[in-house]
Amino acid sequence: MTREPRAVVLKGVRKRFGDVTAVADVDLEIRPGELMVLVGPSGCGKSTLLRLIAGLEEHDAGEVWIGDRCVDEVAPGSRDVAMVFQSYALYPHMTVAENLGFGLRVRGAGPAEIGRRVSEVAEVLGLGGLLSRRPGQLSGGQQQRVALGRAMVRDPGVFLFDEPLSNLDAALRLQTRDEIAALHRRLGTTMIFVTHDQVEALSLGQRVAVMDRGRVQQLGTPHEIYRRPANLFVAAFVGSPPMNRLRLARDGEGRLAGGPFVFPGSSPHPEATLGVRPEDLTVAVVAPPASGPPPGSAGTRPGPHPSPEFTATALRVESLGSEQRIHLDGPDDAAWVARAPSALRIAAGDRVDVSVAWQRTHLFGPDGSRTGAAPQPGRGSHPGTPA
Amino acid sequence: MPDARTAARATGGISRTLLLAFACLVMAAPFLWMAATSLMGQLEVFSSGRLFPESPLWSNYPEALTAQPFGRYFLNSLIFATVVVAGQVATATAAGYAFARCDFPGRDTLFMVFLATMMVPAVIVLIPRFLMIDALGWIDSYQGLVSTELVSVWGIFLMRQYFRTLPRELEDAARVDGAGHWRIFRSVALPLAKPAVATLALFAFIDAWKNFMWPLLVTRSMEMRVVEVGIAAFHSTYEINWPYQMVAGVVAALPIALLFLFTQRYFVRGIQLEGIR
Repeated sequence: MTREPRAVVLKGVRKRFGDVTAVADVDLEIRPGELMVLVGPSGCGKSTLLRLIAGLEEHDAGEVWIGDRCVDEVAPGSRDVAMVFQSYALYPHMTVAENLGFGLRVRGAGPAEIGRRVSEVAEVLGLGGLLSRRPGQLSGGQQQRVALGRAMVRDPGVFLFDEPLSNLDAALRLQTRDEIAALHRRLGTTMIFVTHDQVEALSLGQRVAVMDRGRVQQLGTPHEIYRRPANLFVAAFVGSPPMNRLRLARDGEGRLAGGPFVFPGSSPHPEATLGVRPEDLTVAVVAPPASGPPPGSAGTRPGPHPSPEFTATALRVESLGSEQRIHLDGPDDAAWVARAPSALRIAAGDRVDVSVAWQRTHLFGPDGSRTGAAPQPGRGSHPGTPA
Repeated sequence: MPDARTAARATGGISRTLLLAFACLVMAAPFLWMAATSLMGQLEVFSSGRLFPESPLWSNYPEALTAQPFGRYFLNSLIFATVVVAGQVATATAAGYAFARCDFPGRDTLFMVFLATMMVPAVIVLIPRFLMIDALGWIDSYQGLVSTELVSVWGIFLMRQYFRTLPRELEDAARVDGAGHWRIFRSVALPLAKPAVATLALFAFIDAWKNFMWPLLVTRSMEMRVVEVGIAAFHSTYEINWPYQMVAGVVAALPIALLFLFTQRYFVRGIQLEGIR
C-alpha cells in the first residue's frame, strides 16, 4: 500500500444526456494525495463527474488526466482507479474473499498473490472472520467495508467514492466517515468523494467542490466554503440550517437597505442580497414591562443586549441538546433561523430582540455572486426596531 | 359485524376452494383418462360410459413398450432435448446479454426484428427448414434434428429482460475491476441469471421433449425416431391401438411430470417473467 498518489485533472469536461447538460465545462484539479469532496444537490452532476473520471461514462468534450496521462481513451479497468459505489455493488454470488480478489483475478494475479493481498486488506478492515460469507449474510456496515476493501486490494492511484455512506444509519455513517479519513491519512492516496451531505463534505474534505447544474460553483477548503461562500447557491446549500437571506436595495440616501437593516458596508450594485448565518444572529428575549408579571418561564436575555437590529416573534424553538434553533418571523416577512445556546430560556411566541454580527455577514450581487466590502466590527447599523 | 365479516370470509374461502378444485379436475381429467385407458383392453375402450377399467390390464405396459423400440426413442428424445437445451441456453444467454447490456448500432431495431419473428407461426417455417436441412444432407440425422432448434427467440427475450433487471452498478464495478464484456457476462451476469437460465432450460426441455412435428418431418428411420413420433406410430391408417398409445403417452409424460414436481417455482417464475407464452 505504498503507491504513488496521482493527480486528477479535468479540463473543460462536458457531458450531456440528450438535452440535459449533466456536466458543463468543468475545470478541476485534484492534487496528488488530496481528499477532495464533490458536494451538491441531487442531479447537480457530481456523480456523473465521478463516473467520467472512472471511465464509466464518456465525456462529450474536454480531457480527463490521471497522473501524467490523458485517459480519455483508456478503459475503466486500466485507469488506475478504484471505486466504491453507493449500493456497494458487491457481487452477490461471490464470497467476501472472492469479491475482494475479483479485480486481481481479472488482472491475472496468481492465487498466492490474491490470497496474500486479500488477507492484508481483510486484516486492515477487520474482515478476517467474514471471508467465506456472501454479501447477503453481512450487515450494511460490513458490506460497506468489503466494498472499501475491494477498492483497496488493488492498490489504486485514485479512490473514487460515490456516496458510499448514504445507506448507513447515522451512527455507522459517522464511524465509517472517520474510518475513511483515517484510511486517507494512512494510505495518502488521492481520494475523490461524492456526497450530497454538506456536513459529510465539510468534515471529510481537505478541499470541497460545491456543484450545481453541472458546474463547480466554488472550490475551496471547508472553512472558505462556509465562511466565504462564492455565491448565493453555495451560501444557501452549505450550512444547516441554511443562511438567512434578505433582499436589499438602495434607499433615497444611496444606502443599501431592506427591512430593518441598512447595510454598513459598500456595494457597487443598486440591489443585493444580505446573507446572515444563524449563528451570527444573537437572540434575547424581550424583558416584559416593569408592571407586568415577573419574567419566569420565558426567560430573559443573559445580559445587556447590544443594540438589537429588530424585534421578532419566536415561531418555533427546536432544542437540539447542545443548542437551540429558533425560527423567527424575520425581517421582510422572510422566515429566519437563529442559533442560541441551550441555556437561553425561550419558548414559541416569545418576542425576541435580534442583533446581527455584521462583520460576518455576506452580500451577494444581483447575479448571486459574492460582492461588497466586509463591514468592520463596530460599524453595525440599524435604524431601530421595525414597525 | 366481525361475525358477519368472518362468515363472509369463510364463504369466500369455500367458494374459491370449490372453484379451484373444479379447475384442477378439468385440468387433470385428460391425464386420468389417459392413465385409465392405458389399463383397458382394446374393446373395453369403446364400452359406453366406462371411464375406468373393470380389471386393470397391467400387461399393456410391457407389451406396448416392446411393440416398438421405445428404449431407442427415449434415448433419441433425451439427446434431442439435452442438445436443444444446451444450445438454447448458450445462444439465448449470450444474445440476451448483448441486447440488454452491449451498445452497438441497430441493437434495438435488431431486437425488434427478432421479436417480430415470434409472430410467424412455426408451421410456416417448417418447409423452409426442411428444405435447408435436406440441402445439407442432414435428413434423418441428429444434426438435422437439432440444428434448427438451437436458437429460441423467446429465450433471448427472456434472458434480455432478466439481464436488464440486474443492477447496472454490478457491471460498473466489474468494469472498474478491469473486466470486459465477456468477463462480466461469464463471471457476473450469468451466475446471477441462474433462475432465468433454469426457467429457460426447463421450458426448452419440455418444448423439445413434446416436439412432434419437426422430428416427424426430419427423421425417417426407427433409429432416429423420438418418443412423440413413436406414440403416433400406434395410430396407423388401418388400426388405432388406443391402450398402447395411452401407455406410451403415460410413460412419455412421466419425465415431464417429475420435472414439474421438482421445478415448480421455475415454471411459475417463467410465466411471471414474460406471460406471453
